[in-house]
Amino acid sequence: MRNALGTAVVFVVLLLAWEALHLVVANSSLPSPGTTLVQLVALFGDPDFWKHASQTSQAFAVAVVLSTAGGIALGVLLGMNRVAGTVAEPILVNLYSLPKVTLYPVVLLIFGLGISARIAFGIMHGLIPLTLFTMNAILQMKPVYRRSAAVMGLTPWQTSLTVVLPAILPEVITGARLGVSLCLLGVLIGEMFASRNGLGYMVMHAMERGDMPTVLAVALLLAIVALLLNAVLLMLDRAWRH
Amino acid sequence: MTVVALAEVASVMPADDHHARLAGVTRVFGRPGSPNCVHALGPIDLDLRRGEFFSVVGPSGCGKSTLLDVLAGLAKPTEGTAEFEGRPIDGVPAGVGVVFQEDASFPWLTVADNVAFGLRRAGVDAAEVTRRVDYAVGFMGLKAFAGAYPAQLSGGMRQRVCIARTLVMQPRLILLDEPFGALDQQTRLLMGDELLRLWRETSATVLLITHALDEAAMLSDRVGVMSARPGVFIDVLETGWDVDRDSRIVSHPRFGDLTGHLWEKLRAESLKHMREN
Repeated sequence: MRNALGTAVVFVVLLLAWEALHLVVANSSLPSPGTTLVQLVALFGDPDFWKHASQTSQAFAVAVVLSTAGGIALGVLLGMNRVAGTVAEPILVNLYSLPKVTLYPVVLLIFGLGISARIAFGIMHGLIPLTLFTMNAILQMKPVYRRSAAVMGLTPWQTSLTVVLPAILPEVITGARLGVSLCLLGVLIGEMFASRNGLGYMVMHAMERGDMPTVLAVALLLAIVALLLNAVLLMLDRAWRH
Repeated sequence: MTVVALAEVASVMPADDHHARLAGVTRVFGRPGSPNCVHALGPIDLDLRRGEFFSVVGPSGCGKSTLLDVLAGLAKPTEGTAEFEGRPIDGVPAGVGVVFQEDASFPWLTVADNVAFGLRRAGVDAAEVTRRVDYAVGFMGLKAFAGAYPAQLSGGMRQRVCIARTLVMQPRLILLDEPFGALDQQTRLLMGDELLRLWRETSATVLLITHALDEAAMLSDRVGVMSARPGVFIDVLETGWDVDRDSRIVSHPRFGDLTGHLWEKLRAESLKHMREN
């Protein structure tokens, strides 16, 4: 109850700040929350919007599934093999801190101008954090869990599925929370360049036309989607940690 | 499963039956000759009699836990042989249960599910799992907490969960690696009583690793005293307690003698360890 109240207060304060900012800066460059909402509702009635949204959703969904599966698999592999993990960690961290957008032309050359380039770019953003979180979760798992599994006569497969996986799940979910929002970021950035569809393209196109209400409406929608996804994963996390 | 029935079974077995045996066991970490090669243990000779309560005391770092690892099949001896029930130990032998020093309860499972864990993985049928888990949970005084998660329990209660988890597997040899090391003195004494009760009820052979001399003196039939690294047995002491002893024997004059004798043996070794570190 207090939590819900706190969230409501934060939202009201954010809305007021937005409104205030709108009044301070020139009217046209930052539409008010009201105008944005009206534009968002209008977008919902526009078939063009749904075409773009479905493009983004598709790319996002595929990128999330692939980077989650790949990130966990890679993380488990590197975590189980201490030497591989020690070698891979600095490489992954450095690779990750590279501004990936500079590599986007390369991605485009490899994957072409279609949806696969955006999926690949989404994975490039989402995969590494999840790999690192999973790997570290395994490296930091209490050794006594694995020893217990061994003395209870578990096979390596049983140990992975019924001990290691549940033990690292909280960290994996934390990694997934980061990975999912970064995947969305990657897909949207991908849509902003050399693209004719998707919400990223829609934002760029609206910007060129000076259609700020559309830019903000799409941004607002994406923020809500990202927050909801995060909330769902947080709930999973809470349900798991007792 | 009644106490009487188990006691009868125990009386049938010859008292000098060797349950587990270590002969000339050493454990060396690292490549021999390399600068970070550590001779951790041995050579160790140990005959565990079936049904006895054997404690191992020794200075920190003397290889006590390594000794337990060898018996549990978690570590291979560098030299020498390890046997359990007449067969060489290769991997974790069936019939051996281990309780570790650290809290090994799984935080994602309830107490009852923690206790049932090993049985379920072993494919024991559901009715049998329920029966054995109910028994073990009741025996360890966890009935009221069966549905609770480890995070809701104290350290002592969590260690009970781990003991119950070992108990349900009906081990014939129970290895305990300083299981009460993290608990306060009063709780440790009471847990010692529980351990004695469990030992009598299951008639299993128990090997307890501990750094607490009073614990060893109170609980054991025999106490092995280990030297500083590389650990070897420098003395094995018969305590001569009755089978139905409990923590109240700490007021027995012999308890003081035993503890004193253990310390006498151990003092020089502990000093050696302290000077070297």
